[in-house]
Parts: sequence; structure tokens; C-alpha cells
Amino acid sequence: MTMDTPAPTTTDRDAVVRLGAVSLSYGRTRALENVTLSIPKGRSIGLIGPDGVGKSSLLSLVAGARALQSGQVFVLGGDMASRRHRQAVCPRIAFMPQGLGKNLYPTLSVRENVDFFGRLFGHDRHEREARIRHLLESTGLAPFAARPAGKLSGGMKQKLGLCCALIHDPDLLILDEPTTGVDPLSRRQFWDLIDSIRANRPGMSVIVATAYMEEAARFDWLVAMHGGRVLATGTPAEMLRETGAADLDAAFIALLPEEIRRRHAPVTIPPRPDSDGDWAIEADGLTMRFGDFTAVDHVSFRIPRGEIFGFLGSNGCGKTTTMKMLTGLLEASEGRARLFGHAVNAGDLRTRRRVGYMSQAFSLYGELTVHQNLVLHARLFALPEAQIPGRVAEMADRFDLAEVMSMLPDELPLGIRQRLSLAVAMIHAPEMLILDEPTSGVDPIARDQLWRILISLSRQDRVTIFVSTHFMNEAERCDRISLMHAGKVLVSDTPEAITRSRKAATLEEAFIAYLEDAATKAPPHTPVATVAARPVPDPPPAPAPIPEQARHRPTFSFRRLYSFTRRESLELQRDPIRATLALLGSVILMFIMGYGISMDVEELPFAVLDLDQTTLSRDYIQELSGSRYFIEHAPIASHKEMDARMTSGELSMAVEIPPGFARDVAHGRQVTLGVWFDGAMPSRAETVQGYIQGMHAQWLTQKARLLYGDAATAGLFNIETRYRYNPNVESLVAMVPAVIPILLMMIPAMLTALSVVREKELGSIINFYVTPTTRLEFLIGKQIPYVALAMLNWLLLTILAVTVFGVPFTGSLAAFALGALLYVVSATGLGLLISTFMKSQVAAVFGTAVLTLLPAVQFSGLINPISSMEGAGAFIGRIYPTTYFITISRGTFSKALEFADLWQALLPLLIIAPVLIGLCASALKKQAG
Amino acid sequence: MRGLTILHLGVKELRGLWRDPMMLVLVLYAFTFAVYTAATAMPETLSRAPIAIVDEDRSPLSTRIIGAFYPPYFTPPVLIDPQEMDARMDAGLDTFALDIPPDFQRDVLAGRSPTIQLNVDATRMSQAFTGNGYIQSIVSSEVSEFAEHYRSLTAPTVDLALRARFNPGLNQSWFGAIVEIIDNITMLAIVLTGTALIREREHGTVEHLLVMPITPFEIMTAKVWSMALVVLAASAFSLVVVVQGLLQVPIHGSIGLFLAGAALHLFATTALGIVLATLAGSMPQFALLLMLVLLPLQILSGGVTPRESMPEFVQTVMLAAPNTHFVQMAQAILFRGAGFSVVWPQLLALVGIGTLFFAFALARFRQSLR
Repeated sequence: MTMDTPAPTTTDRDAVVRLGAVSLSYGRTRALENVTLSIPKGRSIGLIGPDGVGKSSLLSLVAGARALQSGQVFVLGGDMASRRHRQAVCPRIAFMPQGLGKNLYPTLSVRENVDFFGRLFGHDRHEREARIRHLLESTGLAPFAARPAGKLSGGMKQKLGLCCALIHDPDLLILDEPTTGVDPLSRRQFWDLIDSIRANRPGMSVIVATAYMEEAARFDWLVAMHGGRVLATGTPAEMLRETGAADLDAAFIALLPEEIRRRHAPVTIPPRPDSDGDWAIEADGLTMRFGDFTAVDHVSFRIPRGEIFGFLGSNGCGKTTTMKMLTGLLEASEGRARLFGHAVNAGDLRTRRRVGYMSQAFSLYGELTVHQNLVLHARLFALPEAQIPGRVAEMADRFDLAEVMSMLPDELPLGIRQRLSLAVAMIHAPEMLILDEPTSGVDPIARDQLWRILISLSRQDRVTIFVSTHFMNEAERCDRISLMHAGKVLVSDTPEAITRSRKAATLEEAFIAYLEDAATKAPPHTPVATVAARPVPDPPPAPAPIPEQARHRPTFSFRRLYSFTRRESLELQRDPIRATLALLGSVILMFIMGYGISMDVEELPFAVLDLDQTTLSRDYIQELSGSRYFIEHAPIASHKEMDARMTSGELSMAVEIPPGFARDVAHGRQVTLGVWFDGAMPSRAETVQGYIQGMHAQWLTQKARLLYGDAATAGLFNIETRYRYNPNVESLVAMVPAVIPILLMMIPAMLTALSVVREKELGSIINFYVTPTTRLEFLIGKQIPYVALAMLNWLLLTILAVTVFGVPFTGSLAAFALGALLYVVSATGLGLLISTFMKSQVAAVFGTAVLTLLPAVQFSGLINPISSMEGAGAFIGRIYPTTYFITISRGTFSKALEFADLWQALLPLLIIAPVLIGLCASALKKQAG
Repeated sequence: MRGLTILHLGVKELRGLWRDPMMLVLVLYAFTFAVYTAATAMPETLSRAPIAIVDEDRSPLSTRIIGAFYPPYFTPPVLIDPQEMDARMDAGLDTFALDIPPDFQRDVLAGRSPTIQLNVDATRMSQAFTGNGYIQSIVSSEVSEFAEHYRSLTAPTVDLALRARFNPGLNQSWFGAIVEIIDNITMLAIVLTGTALIREREHGTVEHLLVMPITPFEIMTAKVWSMALVVLAASAFSLVVVVQGLLQVPIHGSIGLFLAGAALHLFATTALGIVLATLAGSMPQFALLLMLVLLPLQILSGGVTPRESMPEFVQTVMLAAPNTHFVQMAQAILFRGAGFSVVWPQLLALVGIGTLFFAFALARFRQSLR
């Protein structure tokens, strides 16, 4: 039944997309296996199949977001392997990636999001506003224009994503699972919206991936996929006819390869024996508020022992929150919940032993093998050690895990992982299971397998099962269900009764009817954001389509560049930790370094073992204790005491004055004073040594002058030391002007690197891949806000240096400012360069810290000048921008230098900055690898 | 039962760490390679200091002085004109410029005490300080030796016998190696526990634990003991094998006492790691917070530069940081061979701070799961 060739109705001429022998792999995983496909033009195409079969990979290749590995992809009449063609067609393609709001910016408002995309496509202000108004009104988002995208419900996020995709009138609209996790009403509205858009733009082709088989019937033409291959193509009617199946779910299973199909058996539900009337779960007015947002609003239900109770609703409607309240993970703001007649209480460990919980995402230890996971959980539930092996074997047998016991969960397919989760939840033989969307993302066969286990647990072991789902066909298998929406339970009853009560043909229609009722009853501002459930209004007349010549964009557009700058600034403003680091990070670090890296020695504790006890010995001690460098502690009585006090760290220096000191000096006999100092910290010890020698010499000259007069003191020659630029030799004066360049390197580089890597990690980088943005627009656009911030930092640091640290500024401020500007452009450029190699934000933070701090501290003349370095260090020092900015900073702070004296340091910065940006532009990829 | 749960959970943490190659590499690197390079790469205080000499005398004595400056302490001197001197120092090319005046040799021999001018770029603190001393004594000994042939000299009557204790050779590598170990203990304690908690939260496994009959106290204690054990074992290995064995640094005190103190320090810092993880919403935010917390802990604790040269308020604030006490204790034991009778106040402070941190972490931990 497998058809690898395109459907006969499609000729190459009217194909919008043609794939020839396309294969794609991520590392060792094959995502696409030799796919050949021709997709007809001007139609709606459904790409069907469960998660992980290669749908998203195929779509991102078609959109040009991912680089082609092998085979050919032709889109809109050109080869997507050619960069020129991609550039030419990307304004005609719109791509909405998988995941709710994946390419949106959660902290930006609805309007700001659409506006950003409008700017990317070069609309002027008037046109942009007209289009935004039209789109927001036709999607019903207009009342929420000011709301941050992150605070929208799933359905609204998807509509916003659609607005962003449609702003430039694409000829090809690619939607990757746009309705997964969205409630049925929003789903239906979404498809109506697509239909009305297609009616207005008949030439537009729409390609949609979906995991909901019910939806697949809406499309003109289907592509069924499994295991990276195309199973079949054709209209829905053709598919049903050829497989002889009643619905597309069954048709899809019939299309699967024989060895997979064999494992499948239809799910049958034996009737439930009559309940003996004791309640397993009772919820009474459960309410959960987060701030002023009510996530769960007075939810009540009762579940008898042994029942399978389903919770049906969209993402974010409060299902998970309700389950967390039942398990005691969250404490209800209001209302009561009882399990087996006991009130739920976070401290009650006994009830927890009777409950098994499986959370939404796979949440077992990926670093432990299947066997280790089972044993660990058995132990944590305090099963007697002797019973554990038997119980683990029983679970392995029942959940069909025996073959994978020594594997790591991450190596297993999703279906088996979900079985493992269930096995872990069952390890302690609980009387109740709470399962949060156990089947999302699992293929139909594995889903049915899981359901057969659930049914046997309920019917044979009388386990109460509380399960949430957003699949209608699963809801129909439950004994009773609750329809949940926006934190409220709309109705609870058996699936048949619910369908009957609305005189609907299917459960889905009944659900939609309840949702519509709820929406009309709800006040205008419902706590959970939902689009008013009125039918989609007729869209106001659309603005004129973009004239063809407007699509030939200039290679470099300031409008697009500004669009990125504006968005980056808005996002930064709304992220507290990054904004604090950007503004205050350098100030905090300046204080730390200014005070911490000090070579000064002051108030060094010392004590004297005075065995002479004469006026002269006391005079000598006076000389030391009178200086600001040393502070005298109680005198030492013996050598033993000296040892003890130095060992404890109380004394850093001890002086021994021998008996007969005064007498011997008077007689001109050679005398030796003993000085011990703490050498543990060598650089401090060296300084101490210098001080004591200097003071000793001074004392000697003084004494000699007293005894013999001036003539005796004249030596062979004098050395006159002039400490230039910092006459008092203070650490702060020396350090602060050198610390500013280090801070202006590390933090701006780190923030800039993060800004790009964040987009890679969160997925919004796809907007750069699939829009006409050029590399330079993207890079410079993102760099500008950080350059501005760094200059603000520079100003703060300079003011701080002069006021708080009291470092005099003597040179040209203008030269310093120009140097700083060139330097921060280099620093942010370096951050961008690092970001092109980094994949995760954590790597970017630590990588940038190491790559900037090491050369800046070691090789840029902070402590030792470049002229005293050799080899690689000297080479790095000569090309690293910090070297030159340290010269400028010290020159303008301490050496009173002007522009004319500094051009030798400014010139290299003028070269380094553009070179770095050029390097980034050539290293940045315009497609995902 | 409770003890057993903590044991099993801790073993799970250790297994998790064992399967995380990045963290293992970090631990290994921090306690071997990083310690070794910190010890060997620490520059001696004066190394190739750039010096320029203006020789206006051009006599045998001035030539003799010029010849006395050579690597490794100084670069071979550059001979310059008096006019060049300022520009070169402004550009930062030279740290020292020595000006030998005309007729220097004649004046020395005539007993007229001529003056040599030494210009020092005092924005380069460390070179300026030590280099100045070296230059003075080099020039003095050259001049004295030269003059001895012509006149007799009187020796000073009072001598100083200077002896550095605990590190007689003022060997930078001794200091570097031990400071690195102290810093890395703190760094790894925070990083290992913090990332372990964030990873568990991101994967949802913490929630999973909390629906089981397990308390937050047990989860936290398991993390603290397992991660502290790893760091403790690694630092013991590093002290014995890398520092004592490879680098031949003598350790004066008891390693056992040091490790006991380190265990208390780890109690406090692993708790701090948990606090930071609960404050940060995600791994990247944790990384940024880490930068802002770790640097002050390491730089202001007195490990790198002495506490007494910091402003009073910094010293007071830093008393709340476990590092300050740990550094004092570690330096006393490892450098000066101090025993329990000396370091007990620090140990007590660590117990106190650790308990406070742990209690705070526990409160935050419960809160952050809501």
C-alpha cells in the first residue's frame, strides 16, 4: 500500500513544492529517508503522522530554514539549495514553526510582535498600521493588542503567529502543527480563519502538519508520513477508499508497515462493575490563584473507586494545576480536595504512598537506566528491599520493558518512555493513578497500547485513574469526563450523555457548543485570555497587495536593521536579570575589583621582641609603629610566643631587637636586627620587605645625622625616584583606569553573545532564517542596543572612578569617549563572533567569560606591559583590543594625554571593530545546520 | 527510613553526575590542570620589566650600569635620547627610565654625590614597586664596586636580617596552587548543586519526587552530601597528588583538619548553590547570577589580596560570606601549619553560616516549587 511516488494527478508544472530523494539526519538519527514528493499548487495540503516522523524537518527544508543535506528541494519554481533563489522567494513564503508561539517574542505585546515582522518586510508606517489593524481585527485579537504574547492562551498565540506570518501576503503558507494543544473551539476558529484567507487569496498554497487525524479531513490533499518516509499521498477520500477504513485514524494505521501494524489491536472497554459507593477523589470548590490570575476556578467533582475519569481541555486551561492540587504539589487557594477520604496535605506522606503520578513531560532520570529508575523509585517508596527485585520484574513484564532494562530512557522511543513512566508510577501498587496527558506526542499504535494497560488496571486491579487529554477519541474511552475551559469545569458526565445533551453528532461538537455557551456568558475580561467565541467576523477589506517591484528589496535595509534594534531593546528592558547585569553588573564588579585587587599594604600587624629595652630600641619601634603601613600589637615575650602568634596569623611581621643593641650601636659595633615576616602571600611579602628596608635606611640616616652631622651621610651618589602619573603610588589610581577596559569587554561581550544564542535556544532565530533579513542587518541591529548600553556603562564607571574612588582625570575626555566607543563596538563584535560558535546560553556565558577575561587580564598590559611579554602572549596582546584601550584609559586618566598623543592606540581599534563584524557576518549561518 | 531515602537519593545524584561528561571534565580540570597552571603560570613579581636608559655620561661607569640590566628581571635596556623619554612613557612602552647625568663618573669619584634620576610609571603598581628596589640595589652595587677601586668605604653598623616565614623563597607557585584549590572548591560546590537542581526542575523530576513520600529536606540533604563528597574527594586528591606530589609544595598543617573544615565550607556553599538555583528561573539566568556572586566571594574573601587593605565596610560585609572564614582557616592550616586550637573560631563561624544558608535554602526551595 506504500506509495513512494507522487500522486498521478500532480504534474511537475503545477507543483508548488517538489522534493527529490531528500534525506536528512541529526547526528545518527535519520529524520528523512529518501523522500520524493510533489505538492500541488493553490491547495491546502495536510501532512499527517504522529510526532517524530519527520514532518517538521520536511517543512523547515521547504521553508528554507534548514540547510539541505542531500537530495533536491524546489519551491516556487526554484532550487532552495541556491542562496540567490532563497533570498528571492523568502518574501513569498511564510513559516510558522511548531510549538505554541515558538517564533514570537513572549515579552513583546501582540502589536509589537506583528509590528516587528511588518518592519522586516519593509512596510512603511502607514501601510504597516493598516495591515496590523486588518489582521488583528480579522483574527479577533484587536482587543488584546497591548497584552504580552507570553500571556496569551494557546489558541490566541497561534492566531498571533498567523498574523505575523500573513503580514507580507505570502504565496506559500507553511504551518507546523498550528493547533496542537489548542481547545476545539479555537481550533475550529483557526481553520475558519485559514479558509477565509484562502478565499481572499485563491492562489495561495497552504501546507499544514498535524497530528490530529480528525482535522486531516479538512484538507484538499494529504501526505501521510511515518519513520522519515512518505507512506501515501492523495485526497482524504482517496485514502479512505484505498484503505477501506472508516476514519482517517484507522486509515493511517492501515497504511503503516506490516510489522508495526501487527502490534496493534483495537481497544475494547469492558463495562465497569458497580461501584460500592466509596469515593477515591473528591474535589470541592478547588481554586488556584497566581497573583490576580485565577488558573482554576471553583472546580468540583467526585470520582468513585476504579473509575477512569477524563479531564478534557486545551493547554493552559487549568488541567495540570488541578492535578497538582490533588497531588499536594500546589496548595489550593480555596476549596478542599480529599483522596480516599483524607484531606490533601503536603505534609501527609501516607496518602502519597497510595497514589501514582505521571507528569506531562517525561520526568524520569535520563541518566539512570530503565532498571535503575525502577529500583530507585521502589526504594523511595520504601518497598522492603527483599521484594524489590520481584516487583521490578513484574513491572517489566506487565509493561513490556524486559528488553530495554539496561538502556537509558533517552535512547528509547517516546511510546516506550511513556510506558516506563507508567511502570514507575505503578511500582508501589498504588490504588490511584493521576496521569497528566500521558499520550501527547505518542503515535496511535503506542497510544492504544497504553490505553489497553490503563483499562486492565481499572477493570482488573480496581485502580482509580484520573487522566487528562486533549484527544477526543481518548476522552470517549473514559467512564466519565469533565470538560474544562479557562479554569472552569463546563460539564461532567459520561461521554455519551454529554454528546446527547447537546444533540451533537460527536463529542467534539458538544464540547464546542459548551465553549460557545461559556464564552457568551463570560464577562468581557475573563481571567484566562480567550478570544471571544463569536464566529469569525468578515474580515474588513484587505489593503492592496504589495506591488511586485516592492519585493525586490535592497540588499541592506536600515528599516530591517532598526527593527532588530528596537525589538532587542524592548526585550532587554523586560528581562530583569539581564537588564540588571547590563546596567549594574559592571558597577558592582568595579567596586569588587577596585577594592579587592589592591597591592597596598596598610596597617600590617606586627609586634616586637625587645630584648634590649633601651631608649634607642624604643625609638626604633616608634619609627615603625608611627607609619601608616604598620600597626603595633602587644610586645612578644619569647621566641615560642612569636611562633604561635605568627602561626595563628595574628602577626604578619615580628622584629627582634638583640640585647645590648643600644650599647653596640654607640660603640660602632656591627649589630643585626632580626625581622620575620609572613611569606604565605608572596606579593604582599615583597612589598612588606620593601617598606621595612626603606624605613630602616631612613632611621639609619637620621641617627647618623644626629651623631656625625650632615657630612657623614653623603653617599657616593643619590637616586631620585620620580613616581610619575601616580605620585603617591596608590593602588586605586593604578587599578581603576585598567579595570574599566576589562569590565567594558566582559559584560558587553557576554550580553551580546547571549542575545544571539538565546534566539538559537528559544527558536526565534528562525525569523532570521526565513525572512529577507541579511546577516549584517541582523548582527548590527542586535549590536546597537548593547553598544548604547556599554557606553552608558562607560559613563557610569568614569563618573564612579572620579567621584567614589577619587581617581583624578587629567587628559582629554573626548579622546577617551571616542576610544570607548570604538572599544565597545569591538567588545560587542567579539561577543557576536563567540555567539556564532556557541549553541547554548550557558556555554555562551562561561565561554565568553573565559575568552574575554583571560586575554584582557593576562595579555593586555594590565599588570605586565606588552613589551615584557614573549611568544603567543605577546601576539594575543598585540591584536586584542583591550591592550589599546588600557593605553587610552591610563593615558587620559593619569598621563594627561590628548588626541594627538593617542592616535597610535586609536588607530588599531578603528581597524579591529569592522574586522570583527566582518568575521561574524561570514561565520553566521543563514540556515539551521 | 529517612536516612535511607537520603542515601538512595544521594547515590542517584552521584550516578547522574557520572553520566554528565561536561561536569566531570569540569571537576577534573578544576582540580588538576587548573591548579597546575595556576601554580606554574603565576608570574614572578618582576619579569622582563621594560627599561630605557638615557646615558648622558657615556663613561665606563655608565656603560657598566647599562650592562647590569638583563633578562629575566629586565628587558635589555633601550638607549634613548632625553627628548624621547616622555613620549615613550606616555605610550606605556617603558615602565622605568633611568637618566644618568653628564659627568656622573667624574662626580662620583670626586665625592660630589651626583644624582641619578629614575622615572617610574606608577600606573603599573607591581612592577613599579619591586622594580624600583631592584634598580636601586643594582645601580648601588655597580657604583660601589666601581668606586671601591678608588676609595675605601665604611659599612653600615646596623644590619637587617630579613627572613620570610612559611615560604622562605617567596615562591609564587606555592601560593597560586593553594589559592586555586580554595577557589575551585567554592566554585564547584555552587555550580554542581545549582545545576543539578535546575536540571531536575527543568526535567520535572523534582515534582516527581515531591508527589512521593519524600520531603524537601531529604531532597536537599541528598544533594548537599553527594555533591560535597565529590568536591571533597577531588580536593583531597588534588592536594596530595597535584600540590604535594607534582608541584612539590610543602604543606605544613594537617590535611585531615583542612578537609574537615572544607566539609563545613561545602555545607554552606552547596546550600548557597541551591539558593541561587531557586532565584534563577533557568540555567542561563543561573550562569549570570553565578558571575555576580562568585567573583566577589573569591576576590573579596582575602584569598588573593589581604583583607586588611580593603575598606572597613567591605571587611565587615564579607564576614557573612563563608569564603572569608574558609580562606583564613585554609591559609592558617596549609601555609602556617596551624592546628585546631588556632582555627576553631573559623570552624564555628562556618557551622553557623552553613546552618543559616541551609535553612534559607530550604525555605526558598519549598517556595520555588509553587
